[in-house]
Amino acid sequence: MKKPNFSRIRLWALVKKEFIHIVRDPRSLAMAFLMPLILLILFGYAITMDIKTLNLAVYDQDKSTASRNYLEGFPASSYFSVVAAVASYAEARAMVDQGKVHLALVIPRHFARDLEQGRATKVQLLADGSDANTATIAMGYVEAITNRFSTAQLGAKVDLAVDNRLRVWYNPELKSRWFIIPGLIAVIMTVITALLTSLTVSREWESGTMEQLIATPVQPIELFLGKMAPYFVIGVLDVLFSVAMGVWVFDVPLRGSFLFLLGVTAMFLVGGLSLGIMVSTIAKSQLVASQLAMVVTFLPAFLLSGFLYTIDNMPRFLQVVTHVVQARYFVEVLKNIFLKASPPSYVADDLIFLGLFAMVVFVVALRKFHKKLA
Amino acid sequence: MSPEYAVEVHELSRVFGDFVAVDRISLTVEKGQVFGFLGPNGAGKSTTIRMLCGLLQPSSGVGRVAGFDVMTESETIKRHIGYMSQKFSLYDDLSVEENIDFYTGIYNVPRDKRKERKSWVLEMAGLNDKQHYLTGSLAGGWKQRLALGCAVLHEPPILFLDEPTSGVDPLSRRQFWDLIAQMSHRGTTVFVTTHYMEEAEYCDELALIYRGKMIAKGKPAEVKTLIPEDILEIRVERPFEALERMEGSGLVQEVALFGDGLHAVVGNAATVTTELNDFLVQQGFVVQAIKQVTPSLEDVFVSLIELDDRQRTQGERA
Repeated sequence: MKKPNFSRIRLWALVKKEFIHIVRDPRSLAMAFLMPLILLILFGYAITMDIKTLNLAVYDQDKSTASRNYLEGFPASSYFSVVAAVASYAEARAMVDQGKVHLALVIPRHFARDLEQGRATKVQLLADGSDANTATIAMGYVEAITNRFSTAQLGAKVDLAVDNRLRVWYNPELKSRWFIIPGLIAVIMTVITALLTSLTVSREWESGTMEQLIATPVQPIELFLGKMAPYFVIGVLDVLFSVAMGVWVFDVPLRGSFLFLLGVTAMFLVGGLSLGIMVSTIAKSQLVASQLAMVVTFLPAFLLSGFLYTIDNMPRFLQVVTHVVQARYFVEVLKNIFLKASPPSYVADDLIFLGLFAMVVFVVALRKFHKKLA
Repeated sequence: MSPEYAVEVHELSRVFGDFVAVDRISLTVEKGQVFGFLGPNGAGKSTTIRMLCGLLQPSSGVGRVAGFDVMTESETIKRHIGYMSQKFSLYDDLSVEENIDFYTGIYNVPRDKRKERKSWVLEMAGLNDKQHYLTGSLAGGWKQRLALGCAVLHEPPILFLDEPTSGVDPLSRRQFWDLIAQMSHRGTTVFVTTHYMEEAEYCDELALIYRGKMIAKGKPAEVKTLIPEDILEIRVERPFEALERMEGSGLVQEVALFGDGLHAVVGNAATVTTELNDFLVQQGFVVQAIKQVTPSLEDVFVSLIELDDRQRTQGERA
């Protein structure tokens, strides 16, 4: 027997119906538009990795003009406050141990002489590693200041003055907000999109309308596309809205192409909305569906997307797991669009995975949906 | 497949885990008939109708609905039937008109027929001046007729109705059965489940299902002859007390309130009438009348169900 074909008339009827549901339900509208706004403001201001003032102890063994010049860079940067000058390693160590300072900087005895002779020299940094995040960022700042000093010292000399491997590109002022906001948008949208659609299929199971619907010739693919269409529109608006907030409220530059942003958003939304529908199809009750949607998106998006924690630093096993975290790719691509403006080919891997994710989840959701009651 | 049958199933079963919801049911429904599928709540009516509509995969059995295989062609069946579920599930947040338009689209009603079908539904449901009302705000009877209208927008040859009249006021129920009669008159086969025994009288053909098993079938008049016992109608003062006494008397197999009198199932009306009269008088009741009556379908079903229960308990003891 010939299978009934895909029907645009049926799809259109479904799309219209879903739009009416959304428009007539102020709660779902509010959730769709206010939630990203509130989350973005809350997390945008709450998660800041900038460290305002770092207390620094200095053990200057050289006590030369050069070392004093170098040290002047610290209070000038407004990130550091030199609270103590110590006279021994033991003292420097004690201050770090007791938590009186975040960092202690040790300048070696032949600092000035090495610089004059064009030899590489090394300063030593003791950091309180108990707060790894602060330590990492503080080290970044020290590197940046050292780098600046080193560049100024070079003059006609060829050798690198101070040992320094860190370069900060794209975000020379090291504003953590620049990193955070694009990632945050990706993470929030991951949660929202799944949540939006997670309710739609389960609501029909709960109200009994699904039983009526599956007794008709409607095709699962028509049903899914019909349900996704209005939320796709909402999702695009949400992303644009969030990006606008990032640019105008949080002052993050948007350097990349707007069209590319739209394209990536579309790919991301198909995956995210399909995930919500899949969850909804499995759960069949609104409460369970929304909780399941939160569980499969919220924690992975926050912890495993590379948004808060660098994927390279994760245990091997978790690194593998992150490949199925959709947010990972969207975080990466959004950061790229915001800060680097490099062409799409530079993030080809992420785009491929984003597309694969969308396809696989959509197909799995379709297969999971049976036009049967049990 | 004989072309005169709209539904034809043989030994259809559905098992949920250890529970046999429907146990080897066989039935045929002729085209254009109103087929009543009766039984108490939980008997397996909905499970059966859902299997016929392609909503549940039968565990075993064979059968055809509208000429298509219930095991393998459920999606094709769905294009040739109308189905109205127990809760007449329309979208409450859509208006009457929007619900009609939605199902018009879902059933792919041809463009040139849409307007005509819509006004037919509105007319039939008595919703002509209410098409912009939200469906959720309608009273039960209107909702039910609107649901019926939406289920037949595509003019299916077979219509399945699962408890269409539950929770609806008596007047609306009457109107609804009138609509069913009209559709059947125009050639639509109607397969309807109900637990209201008095509605059985409206059907051309009946089947009684109890605990997943078919325990009787036939035309209403035939079904009435299925019990060997006689039915006595007893008019007596204080019928409640009389009922209690009669239950302990050993004279009747079964006694139940019926209207403002009592109906008793007895082995032989001729002998028991006098005995019962004497018994009641002796117990101090004023007996107004005792006479044998033709069993109503309700009497028959109650009697058959109780017979089935007795056989089942005996079977368990043995």
